[in-house]
Amino acid sequence: MTIETQDHIYVIGAGHAGGELAFALRQQGYAGPLTVIGDEGHLPYQRPPLSKAYLKGEVETPSLYLRQPAAYEKANISLILSRRVERIDRASKQLVFDDARTVNYSKLALATGGRARRMTINDAARAERTRNFHYLRNIDDVMAIRTRFEAGQRLIVIGGGYVGLEVAASAIARGVQVTVLEALPRVLARVTAPEMSAFYEQVHRNAGVDIRTGVEVTGLDFSADGELVSGVHTTGGVVLPADFVIVGIGLLPNTELAQAAGLSVDNGIVVDEYAVTSDPDIVAAGDCTSHPSAFCGRRIRLESVPNAVEQARTAAASLAGKPKSYDTVPWFWSDQYDLKLQMTGLSQGYDQFVLRGVMGNKSFTAFYLKDGRLIACDAVNRAQEFMVAKRMVAACKAFDPVALADETVPLKTLAGPVQAAAPPA
Amino acid sequence: MSIRLNVVDRNGGEHEVDTPAEGSLMEALRELDYGVTAICGGMCSCATCHVYIAPEWGGKLPDRQSDETDLLTELQFRQDTSRLSCQVQLTAQLDGLRVTLAPEE
Repeated sequence: MTIETQDHIYVIGAGHAGGELAFALRQQGYAGPLTVIGDEGHLPYQRPPLSKAYLKGEVETPSLYLRQPAAYEKANISLILSRRVERIDRASKQLVFDDARTVNYSKLALATGGRARRMTINDAARAERTRNFHYLRNIDDVMAIRTRFEAGQRLIVIGGGYVGLEVAASAIARGVQVTVLEALPRVLARVTAPEMSAFYEQVHRNAGVDIRTGVEVTGLDFSADGELVSGVHTTGGVVLPADFVIVGIGLLPNTELAQAAGLSVDNGIVVDEYAVTSDPDIVAAGDCTSHPSAFCGRRIRLESVPNAVEQARTAAASLAGKPKSYDTVPWFWSDQYDLKLQMTGLSQGYDQFVLRGVMGNKSFTAFYLKDGRLIACDAVNRAQEFMVAKRMVAACKAFDPVALADETVPLKTLAGPVQAAAPPA
Repeated sequence: MSIRLNVVDRNGGEHEVDTPAEGSLMEALRELDYGVTAICGGMCSCATCHVYIAPEWGGKLPDRQSDETDLLTELQFRQDTSRLSCQVQLTAQLDGLRVTLAPEE
């Protein structure tokens, strides 16, 4: 029996990848029915401001949207929001929603993203029912947090990664008293060198943040009525009073739907370089995918906006029958205080750290080498060198560490010139 | 109030776009189906909102800050008229602004 399905492409996930994928599909020439499904009550939006400008109250919700409502109407992209897909039935090419409604898909895109990793201590479940204990992943999380973001409030941030540090910087800007608790011996331990961790710890301490590394949370205190967390217990028998708590301890990919549907899953929904899953009619993109990286020589899962956007475009190209392989070098950015940090490549496994510039000047470039080859770069307030470094890292070749560190020689000299091109006529 | 932008897309097609005189040029261009990608959302960190400003309008925009210049310098498709559209604020004075979308790097 053949299942005859009319063309209707569904995108499960209305985050950054899901939103971009839908518009990319239109750009690729797909003109048939197209629906994006999301479990949040918001149009697809960008998350980076959630720990920065939006948290500080400097911008409002509509400025977060990838595109305004009119763009969806104009592109004939339907949206189903505040709705979850409970099950994918691949045999009948059917989606089952949480309200038991079903639809049939011709092709499917999974952009389910990730969810905040939750704390596992005994008190965590109780804390999640209070009014002042927050994970930070969604607009709704931040809307709840913003009401507490006032001068003099005592904030405990659990987690010294990018989210935790950006929250701390935003909190300081609003006059909030901040303590950051990091279980590992240093902040940003998984993503940067000890020298960078030390730099950021110093910057935060200078700004008034109480950073405590090598410290785990062992328990929580609650108000008498149970509505609020009132204190945080840490290793060493310390009890810290808290007016509110924000937890940023990582992201878990939302792979359950794919797994239950029998798709290949391994630290993410497994896709090839064309963003196609183990089912030829299903693509996936963004934080939820495990994909091959020519650059790294292995499969990786990236949690970054550039990956969400560029992989979404690759997935759309595949759906539109114009496959184009995805092999961009990872890059990332983080803004804290007056420091613009831009990163390219992945530094895991490096064996040599080369500093170009003086950290104390708050403008420097750090290179990570492995067996002599440049594998990653962190640039702080060095936007031009960052752009050059992107090319250098993409070249996957060796550079002389002495030359890298020598500021008398412009970095672009080492990299070779950009091939300046005239725009196509 | 609304202003009119004259936008030339990457295929040379011309479009008239009406948009409120607020926010950045990037935010207006992002809404278009042939528009800019703006990966970093306007934080002057990615250079994917690259446009060329028609010469007669160049003088009417505030000068580039150093971050914008730093990013533009390294672009393969940079021209003298290049700007990062996230750094151009829309005002009533820019009614009629003519911009061309730069090729993607």
